[in-house]
Amino acid sequence: MIELNQFLILSALLFAIGVIGIFLNRKNVIIILMSIEIILLSVNLNLIAFSYFLNDLTGQIFSLFVLTVAAAEAAIGLAILVIYNRNAGSIEIEKINALKG
Amino acid sequence: MTAQLLTFYLFSGVILISSLMVISTKNPVHSVLFLILSFLNAAGLFVILHAEFLAMILIIVYVGAVAVLFLFVVMMLDFKTSINKDNILQFIPIGILIGVVFIAELIIVLINTKFDLSNIQVLPNPISDFTGKSNTEAIGSVLYTDYILYFQLSGVILLVAMIGSIVLTLREREGVKRQVVSEQLQRQGKIDLVDVKSGKGVDI
Repeated sequence: MIELNQFLILSALLFAIGVIGIFLNRKNVIIILMSIEIILLSVNLNLIAFSYFLNDLTGQIFSLFVLTVAAAEAAIGLAILVIYNRNAGSIEIEKINALKG
Repeated sequence: MTAQLLTFYLFSGVILISSLMVISTKNPVHSVLFLILSFLNAAGLFVILHAEFLAMILIIVYVGAVAVLFLFVVMMLDFKTSINKDNILQFIPIGILIGVVFIAELIIVLINTKFDLSNIQVLPNPISDFTGKSNTEAIGSVLYTDYILYFQLSGVILLVAMIGSIVLTLREREGVKRQVVSEQLQRQGKIDLVDVKSGKGVDI
């Protein structure tokens, strides 16, 4: 029988992989967007695991809304990426320093 | 080891390996494809957790729409990836440090904690009324009644995202010849009606 802890450890590992992906990647922004998708997937896995083990449907509903927001975020992010690439000619993270931060 | 546990380990292993490949492959197209594989296996895990509707939504929305959108953008943009090895190596220590600290903290907490869910005060429990219904039916009967406001708000969020991405990517380019239908169909100023005298003809 699967326990809750196995799902929680899996989603913790998945979350950590997403965070590492954000930090390690210096080539292009699109990998960072994919890392954010992995992080949101791990959050969804957590919500659904709790929903199953608590026998409560609220987690699944919330996970549905997380999916919606993630889809909207991906669309906006990719649109920003396309116009940035059109204006600046590159989406390498090292060269995105318009704010000099 | 039951079949359920075996399936869980299969799916979770493939998810972990493919998401590691997402962040480590050089080619962005390959990482999008590994992301799709990871989503598919997560849908399998959702089926194990009796969330069939969300599994199908994950496949339709994520694999069918979001991942394909990523694939379009990766293929349309021309990445000039100048990969400097030393530049990448510069950020590996801090990334590994943060990742290892994060994983260690979470796993220490999760291994030492045995969640006792029996005495948790659950919110008003919608699923108990729907024991005979399917997952989709139960979600529908809750989503359109108790959570109707949030449902409509997520629709507004999607509308804003759609308008935003259209406005961001739309552009008027100079020097492009377009068909102007109103000008094409306009009669005034374009067509002269000439009264032709008999035997004289018309100058064109």
